[in-house]
Amino acid sequence: MNPGDVLETQTYAVTRADLVRYAEASGDHNPIHQDETVARSVGLPGVIAHGMFTMALAARAVATWTDGARVVELGCKFTHPVVVPVDGEVTVTVGGTVKSVEAGLVALALEVTCDGQKVLGMPKAVVRA
Amino acid sequence: MPIDQSLVGRSFPPTPPREVTEDHVRAFAEATGGRYDGGPAPATYPIVLAFGAMNAFLEAEQVDLFRIVHGEQKFSYNRPVLPGDVLSATLTVATLRQIGGADIIGTTSEVTDVMGAHVCITSATLVHQSIGGGADA
Repeated sequence: MNPGDVLETQTYAVTRADLVRYAEASGDHNPIHQDETVARSVGLPGVIAHGMFTMALAARAVATWTDGARVVELGCKFTHPVVVPVDGEVTVTVGGTVKSVEAGLVALALEVTCDGQKVLGMPKAVVRA
Repeated sequence: MPIDQSLVGRSFPPTPPREVTEDHVRAFAEATGGRYDGGPAPATYPIVLAFGAMNAFLEAEQVDLFRIVHGEQKFSYNRPVLPGDVLSATLTVATLRQIGGADIIGTTSEVTDVMGAHVCITSATLVHQSIGGGADA
């Protein structure tokens, strides 16, 4: 990998059933990820994906690009909700660019979108080369 | 009710040690559509430990989980998590601000193994809507 390399965009479908499975596996049973009424009661547009679900998709993309390289740092802000409809799916798209390769560490800048809207703020990862 | 400012700097008790099993790592990986063929857990797996610590913190402070929205999360890893690890997380409240009726809570959780060795540290910003409305993420 070299600075400036653009990595192959990864796309992932997200359904309500995925959120149920993720809640079970992660232990995060916040009802805003399951229950429309609760989500709306706290001002959300509907049931939203766990921020950590979306971040896990970003981490999946990093693992795909780097063939499972060891992750040293991973971070993002959750700037826009991924609203998941009761039926059907939404698509989360993860793009990436190599920012730097230094001292055995590769820094990646990511772009994570849903319906053309950025959903994570400044998502980035640093992996061992 | 806003969260008490005196919490800043306070550490909560370590979460009960939890064994990382291959089955659970697989369940976590598959829950986000990934595959798990053994070896290190997915990079966001330590959230399982950090979330346990956060839940204990929210319970101790009588904060409703459904009023919490995630603002930011960062991980810094000393090593990957592996099946067989027995891990615990210790949460510290790092910062606390009030903006427009919301508490912005900055936490750090240190994940350690059974020997007390540092595995990773993760920081989270939690947005607490004490009176409902206004959350957007």
